[in-house]
Amino acid sequence: MKNVALHILDLVQNSARAKAGKVQISINEDPGKDIYLLSVEDDGEGMEEEQLQKATDPFFTTRTTRKVGLGLSLIRQNAERTGGSFSLSSVPGKGTRLEAAFVMNHPDRLPLGEIDDVLVLLAVGLPHLRLIYNHTAPGGQYKFDTEAIGEIIGDIKDCNLEIRKFLREMIIENLKEIRAEAYKINPLP
Amino acid sequence: MNKIKSIDDLKQLRENMQAKIRLRESSSHPENIVRIKVAMSTCGIASGAKEIMNFLMDELESQAIEAVVTQTGCMGYCYAEPTIEVTLPGKDPVVFGDVDKFRASQIIEKYIIHNELVDGILPVNYRTIDN
Repeated sequence: MKNVALHILDLVQNSARAKAGKVQISINEDPGKDIYLLSVEDDGEGMEEEQLQKATDPFFTTRTTRKVGLGLSLIRQNAERTGGSFSLSSVPGKGTRLEAAFVMNHPDRLPLGEIDDVLVLLAVGLPHLRLIYNHTAPGGQYKFDTEAIGEIIGDIKDCNLEIRKFLREMIIENLKEIRAEAYKINPLP
Repeated sequence: MNKIKSIDDLKQLRENMQAKIRLRESSSHPENIVRIKVAMSTCGIASGAKEIMNFLMDELESQAIEAVVTQTGCMGYCYAEPTIEVTLPGKDPVVFGDVDKFRASQIIEKYIIHNELVDGILPVNYRTIDN
């Protein structure tokens, strides 16, 4: 995975497969503590302890279509090679929470990537899932909630080109606002 | 500096578009909708499924083809990602592999519009994958 946005796209698919109705994604940039924290929390089926232990093993998967499961192992690897940490906790029947902490200024820390694109694709591509994205940076906080958007548009599946473009611009502009101010220069990628 | 876009602006945009959308809704027949699922798992994402999904949505809309594009999981054809499943009205789903932009536009031109088969069909003993 080239960036954090692609990891999010990937992780949310796990939640969708676990029959989650709501996924909360949050990114917290803290240049002071040099921590870049990604967390993804869903209300899906959850995992038993045994399965949880094996979840980041690349040769473990619950799928029957193939023998490897790389999504979680890749994000774990990406977090740990910056000197950060990774944790996964789950309550069967309640949901799963993932936390990947990156060292923010480490050269191997992945850039955020096209988060606007990913959020809009998820909103349109997985219409039954409520997605809440919370981005905190030194300049403030931005929240993107597909429920609020669904209320206005009606059926989010019907998003046309113009609305998708608007949503992407809205996300970019808001993120730029909360990120640029604090760093004075251009925000970190 | 321009004002930052917010949810309120979306309301505004939606109201302006209302008339146009209503026109579309009244013309739509659910049984005539083309359904496309893009395999969006780790393998698909790594091979560029995101770009293909964007391309398909934009292209179908600009050609005024009524279609719903959604995401699905890995179908087990990791070697042939990006893969997409196309269901034409009243037909069985067909899975296409190694879909790049060229092939995607071919699928729209030939398969969706003219019902001709194109390269890259994966021989699936077919049952649709819902998760």
